[in-house]
Amino acid sequence: MKTILVVGNGMVGYKFCEKFVAKEESKQFKLIVFGEEPRPAYDRVHLSEFFENQDAKALEMAPAEWYAENGIELIVDERVADINRTNKTITTAKDRAFSYDYLVLATGSSAFVPPIKGVEKEGVFVYRTIEDLEGMLAYAAKIKAKNPNAKAAVLGGGLLGLEAGKAVMDMGLEPHIVEFAPKLMPRQLDSRSSQVLQLKLESIGLNIHLSKATNQILGDDGYITGMEFGEDDVLDVEILVVSAGIRPRDELGRSSGLEVGVRGGIVVDNKMQTSDSNIYAIGEIALYNQMIYGLVAPGYDMAGVAVDQIIGKTETLMPEEIDMSTKLKLIGVDVASFGEPFMPAAKGHSIIFENKTQHLYKRINVSLDGKTLLGGILVGDASDYSMLHQIFLNGMAIPEDASQLILPASEGGGSFGDVMDLPDEAQICSCENVTKGQICGTIESGESKDLADVVSCTKAGTGCGGCKPMVKDLTEATLKSLGIEVKDSICEHFDLNRQDLYKIIQVKGYKTFNDVLDNHGNGGHGCELCKPVVASLMASINADTANKEYAIQDSNDRFLANIQRNGTYSVVPRVPGGEITPDKLIALGEIAKKYDLYTKVTGGVRIDLFGATLNQLPLIWKDLIDQGFESGHAYGKSLRTVKTCVGSTWCRYGMAESVSFGIELENRYRGIRAPHKIKGGVSGCIRECAEARGKDFGLIAVEGGWNLYLGGNGGATPRHAELFAEQIDNETVIKYIDRYLMLYMRTAKPLQRTAAWQERLEGGLNYLKEVIIDDKLGIAEDLENEMQTLVNKFECEWTQAINDPEMMKRFNHFVNSEEEDDNLVFVPLREQKMPEKWV
Amino acid sequence: MTIISDKYKTVKPEEVTVWFKAAPVTAFPKDGGACVKYKDLQIAVFNFERLNTWYACQNLSPEKQEMVLSRGMIGDHKGIPMVACPLHKKTFSLENGENLNSDLDPIAIYPVKIESDFVYVGFSE
Repeated sequence: MKTILVVGNGMVGYKFCEKFVAKEESKQFKLIVFGEEPRPAYDRVHLSEFFENQDAKALEMAPAEWYAENGIELIVDERVADINRTNKTITTAKDRAFSYDYLVLATGSSAFVPPIKGVEKEGVFVYRTIEDLEGMLAYAAKIKAKNPNAKAAVLGGGLLGLEAGKAVMDMGLEPHIVEFAPKLMPRQLDSRSSQVLQLKLESIGLNIHLSKATNQILGDDGYITGMEFGEDDVLDVEILVVSAGIRPRDELGRSSGLEVGVRGGIVVDNKMQTSDSNIYAIGEIALYNQMIYGLVAPGYDMAGVAVDQIIGKTETLMPEEIDMSTKLKLIGVDVASFGEPFMPAAKGHSIIFENKTQHLYKRINVSLDGKTLLGGILVGDASDYSMLHQIFLNGMAIPEDASQLILPASEGGGSFGDVMDLPDEAQICSCENVTKGQICGTIESGESKDLADVVSCTKAGTGCGGCKPMVKDLTEATLKSLGIEVKDSICEHFDLNRQDLYKIIQVKGYKTFNDVLDNHGNGGHGCELCKPVVASLMASINADTANKEYAIQDSNDRFLANIQRNGTYSVVPRVPGGEITPDKLIALGEIAKKYDLYTKVTGGVRIDLFGATLNQLPLIWKDLIDQGFESGHAYGKSLRTVKTCVGSTWCRYGMAESVSFGIELENRYRGIRAPHKIKGGVSGCIRECAEARGKDFGLIAVEGGWNLYLGGNGGATPRHAELFAEQIDNETVIKYIDRYLMLYMRTAKPLQRTAAWQERLEGGLNYLKEVIIDDKLGIAEDLENEMQTLVNKFECEWTQAINDPEMMKRFNHFVNSEEEDDNLVFVPLREQKMPEKWV
Repeated sequence: MTIISDKYKTVKPEEVTVWFKAAPVTAFPKDGGACVKYKDLQIAVFNFERLNTWYACQNLSPEKQEMVLSRGMIGDHKGIPMVACPLHKKTFSLENGENLNSDLDPIAIYPVKIESDFVYVGFSE
């Protein structure tokens, strides 16, 4: 068995492993991977997201177990220090030796720090690894404690520099970008697009300084206090992030005598082979065609070539021309360039659309004969990118008036460029190298039935995600061409989705299911899908309780309890914020004992009483209500609990009264029906004992207020809530949650949690902020009023039910007998009982 | 465990020998159901008001042998009147008992008649 050693576990090094294990031939090799960093490969492209959630795991390309499961030995935190090409061995910094048959160098690059006087001072950082960011965060916290208005500068206005700019902005520092060139992103943008980008970035709070050559870093006692550009030209900053370019980590190549470039990088041929045929180099250390390619897509391609070469598929070669087109979102701003973004006038003509008020810039370059698209630049709105990029890559014909490609479609004129016009070989996902033919093929063969299937079968869209809109369009167009209708209508009885129905019920003021069905249905009689949806909408709009039209309610709502597997029910009274007096706790115990109920603390830290028969439910609730309890709505698609830690009431670390605020929130939103259940959490400090970031809405007390997180959940697809607003007061928290929940209730699909809704929301978190904080749509007041109406109309539906003999009728197992279900069998379990096991 | 499902056999209208007077019409929700006890049988009876028709079937879900079908939602699946089991939403035709969304055994169906605002379920003995 031959041994392959991969040196470097970054994105490209990981991709090599992934592509390698996908090959049948991989079984004939042993693969060992070395990483210098303490953790497995992570997504460096999205490093700035680390500031939002500080969740290093979320950035991982694959968890450590993945390597083991695929037979790969992963050795992290161990740098490879030397290569002995004669013996074909390597030695690590821990002085361990390994021999190889093939060696793959994927050591990537490090940040280039220009030799400026004073650059060694404390407070000067580079922006490259999670450890760099952690160092920066710790330092920033210290600085901010002393000076809340501290400034931070980023040296370098390129792609990475702007990402770093976002990072320091997220840290709450005043961000400054310092660039040597007279424009931002000098490699990708022309002067005009760069100006548009600059205007946009300035409008969101970035300070930009162009044409600045830094003479020295100023400071006292070894700490940075400023940057000096010229005489009397000084910028006071307390943190500096250097992002002035990258240098290939080619030291192993140099020390072992491999051929390297004049300005660094290990020379490779189109097989990714270095000057030693047993050693390959891929990614940012590979000097191919005298170029270092600092993008992920070419790095992934190189990984694929190296894999094929090693397993013997020697016909796979790196193409001569490498597409450097790129589309990204910088601080929420779309920036894309493709083909030849800057084109000399001798080669063709440019068509430019610029709108500085909207921060929009689009430029396309066409050949002199006007027939071919050569390249272009998009800033502010890159929605045309995928199509333009495909037209460029495939040399497709363009309209006579090429301006149609970038101008908004005029009336009557169909938009040019349908995804289905692309040739089958058109590469849609460049990260995973997936063609249009593969995407359409997996649908045509029946293997994929929807977008989710397509993504899992082809991996398209799982890299940078830039191609997702196109994959979606292709999927829908292909399904349509096969006669499969793509609808999100709620069921066969309505051609409407939940959002449409919401508006209709709200505007028309319908009060019963039959009203809605008769006026807007397809002539049928409803079913188990549409009935609960309409019931939930009636509750969200009219504050109807589930007692009103109980026959259309879902299984649990119908009997205001959670049906368990033998047809008995469980009962959960509300215990707001988890705070309960000893007397009430005793009362719960007494009631559980009286009815012989199995008792357990729930996942939401409430007390659940199981094994109640239908006939017992009203009796149990009568007792509970007499003891001061009310419905906990554990059965409803509605607010469950607001979990709290004990906060400053008792905790020596607490910064705010999390219990008090949690109770206030739970009492505010109790009973409100939504598309799915809602959970909240309130933590009194950053230790986050209430696990608030795993909730639909979560609060963490910080200096000066609450940090509000939205859209988290546990469940089958766990997701951390995203940081939405910082250091806000109680009143603002309630205002934002009111607006957020109401917007969710208005627009989500049936049974869609906030996490999934938020993830699929066009424009994402930024859009949510615009609507909720900036009131871009002018609906904030409506949302608040609607929520306030629901809050005011709250009524405990169990109190309502036990006081109305008509409503009580349904809690009998038989209509013609007082007897109970004689089919129930319970067996003992740890001093309690449980239903007999299912056969 | 005895196989309780053996106790439930579909009764065709022409086979009825006993019309059991179950309960007044008002005891049943509109477009919903309730459970009737007849000897040791549990029968789910549905007032399908939208079709102006009554249906009856065994209360026993054939999936996990629980007495729950009367608590299910009713409606139609492509025009076939059906009930959805409240446990896992398995749907059954109220006309012939067939499982519509999986391959479970069919459920037993019983005739229903209304006389003087009373609901009668038909059995053959």
